[in-house]
Amino acid sequence: MSAKKTLFDKVWDSHVVHQIENGPDVLFIDRHMVHEVTSPVAFLGLKNRNIGVMHPEKTFATADHNTPTINQHLPVADPLSANQLKMLEANANEHGISYWGLGHEKNGIVHVVGPEYGITVPGATIVCGDSHTSTHGAFGAIAFGIGTSEVEMVLATQCIMQPKPKRMRINITGELQYGVTPKDVALFIISQLTTSGATGYFVEYAGDVFKNMSMEGRMTVCNLSIEMGARGGMIAPDEKTFEYIKGREFAPTGSAWDKAMTYWETLYTDDDSIFDKELTFDGSAIEPMITYGTNPGMGMGISKSIPNYDETQGAASSYKKSLQYMQFGEGDAMIGKPIDFVFIGSCTNGRIEDFRAFASVVKGRKKADNVTAWLVPGSHKVEAAIKEEGLLDIFTEAGFELREPGCSACLAMNDDKIPAGKLAVSTSNRNFEGRQGPGSRTLLASPLVAAAAAVTGKVTDPRELMQEVVAG
Amino acid sequence: MAYDKFNILTSTAVPLPIENVDTDQIIPARFLKATERKGFGDNLFRDWRYNQDNTPKEDFILNNPIYGGEILVGGKNFGSGSSREHAAWAVYDYGFRCVISSFFADIFRNNCLNIGVLPVQVSAEFLQKIFGEIEKDPKAKFEVNLPEQKVTILATGESESFDINTYKKGNMTNGFDDIDYLLNIKKDIQEFAENRPI
Ligand code: SF4
Repeated sequence: MSAKKTLFDKVWDSHVVHQIENGPDVLFIDRHMVHEVTSPVAFLGLKNRNIGVMHPEKTFATADHNTPTINQHLPVADPLSANQLKMLEANANEHGISYWGLGHEKNGIVHVVGPEYGITVPGATIVCGDSHTSTHGAFGAIAFGIGTSEVEMVLATQCIMQPKPKRMRINITGELQYGVTPKDVALFIISQLTTSGATGYFVEYAGDVFKNMSMEGRMTVCNLSIEMGARGGMIAPDEKTFEYIKGREFAPTGSAWDKAMTYWETLYTDDDSIFDKELTFDGSAIEPMITYGTNPGMGMGISKSIPNYDETQGAASSYKKSLQYMQFGEGDAMIGKPIDFVFIGSCTNGRIEDFRAFASVVKGRKKADNVTAWLVPGSHKVEAAIKEEGLLDIFTEAGFELREPGCSACLAMNDDKIPAGKLAVSTSNRNFEGRQGPGSRTLLASPLVAAAAAVTGKVTDPRELMQEVVAG
Repeated sequence: MAYDKFNILTSTAVPLPIENVDTDQIIPARFLKATERKGFGDNLFRDWRYNQDNTPKEDFILNNPIYGGEILVGGKNFGSGSSREHAAWAVYDYGFRCVISSFFADIFRNNCLNIGVLPVQVSAEFLQKIFGEIEKDPKAKFEVNLPEQKVTILATGESESFDINTYKKGNMTNGFDDIDYLLNIKKDIQEFAENRPI
């Protein structure tokens, strides 16, 4: 009888090339995604060692972190950004890596394009020099972010050295309420666990809520695994997963598909497997979420008031510093707070379903005058779908403009910076001090909450607007 | 990239008693545009250290000449957030060789180990003792002894041991990195690759 194994163990163990006693495992990597910001020093390292890329065919490069989201047909104005893009292109060409640069039809945020083109598959190990690589776990892959030394390691040897994380399972049972999205589920979990609650663990998400969730929704949840400190998160692949992958450009075909399916169908957690930690929450109790502080764990149901320090975990000084930065007070209600910016995009919520959700609320309404809105699709493919489905007409009608794909205000490396002191509702993943621009203040929320804020000019429960639509 | 060997470090320390110090604070994204590993120390804690007009913020610890040394002492959950190794580079480039905290985010810890900064995780109580000691005497010295896996408050002699896996410890004390190791087992990796289903 073979031992009971979790999904995570099955995938991890089958990739271990070597085990070092009282040290890390040498883990084989199936897919390596590369972008312009965390790779130049790694390529330089290869040059200094006088070695090449071991598996260029398992390596994929795209430009996203540092690209403009308007006028992409023009030369990039910032010389430093332009140089990074040039370096990536040169490095990709030199080593025979496929490169989807600015203007390329497949260009987009690395974690959006991976799944879109079938690069992301179940049972694979996937790494990238970006912490939200955990997104790809939605397909039952082990996917995690790495540093630049590790990027160099994978380029050079297609392996990485990692101690095996512990296993955690998070079950969400029941059915989500109307107006509650995958983003809310993730923000809810993080608010319960704090930003370090899953550090050292790899998380499997299970239960009806995830079973019933779309692939894009699963990506949103797995994407945010890192915000509770987890190495990554994953969901067992099912019919929905296979259906999503089939026919995509890099997906296996013919007999390779059949072979892959045979493997993929074994990817689930065996009954009675042991987890180092297991948590269960009732999905029907989750409401639309919003953050109020300077880390993603400082979130709550949108109708609640900011907790007093003594109702929270952690040090008083850090909590107070955080609220002070946000210019909020303990006990403040979030509903009704006037906002200045709305950002919809990023690898967390920059896919077509997110724009559909946004459109469902802004349709027939007008953007509030006090709000500047940045709508940034996650990829050209998403951008094309927005146009094809007629969502762009809805946006234009309501006074919104669509930008070109990229990471944009998620990390504000390009010109898309929220100005100091301004308050933004963002569908991205981090509300750290200055994350969206020096001095900027960020409220993380779902595309529905962002849409409600965009048309009312203040923090608003989207269900109020949605009920009108339902009733009408 | 090879780095200096780490054995025993005796130094004063800079205290940063803030929890959840994320990598966007350690180095903001707008300073990640370099294509070489140079000069990141100048922008370490940029937005806490400088006003928007680039004048130093007087009340930030790195701008206080009383404090200094090769050890940075941070609050719980140090280095959370982004995977940017630039954060570890900035810490190193500024002159720190060791970060002490009661808890580290995973990727930051790995990044530190990969570039020659030693992350030392101590208990919450011991961390408070260290902060207390620096508060009493900003010139207080600490010894970080990697071979013995022990950190000591020299003034009081109090010490605590810390964990590090044997492999990484060997790398740090010898100045080796993972790629050296992996290149040595390249043949095994190639064989493994040939048998991958996908
Ligand atoms: S959108 Fe944000 S989190 Fe996602 S890859 Fe880009 S910078 Fe990273």
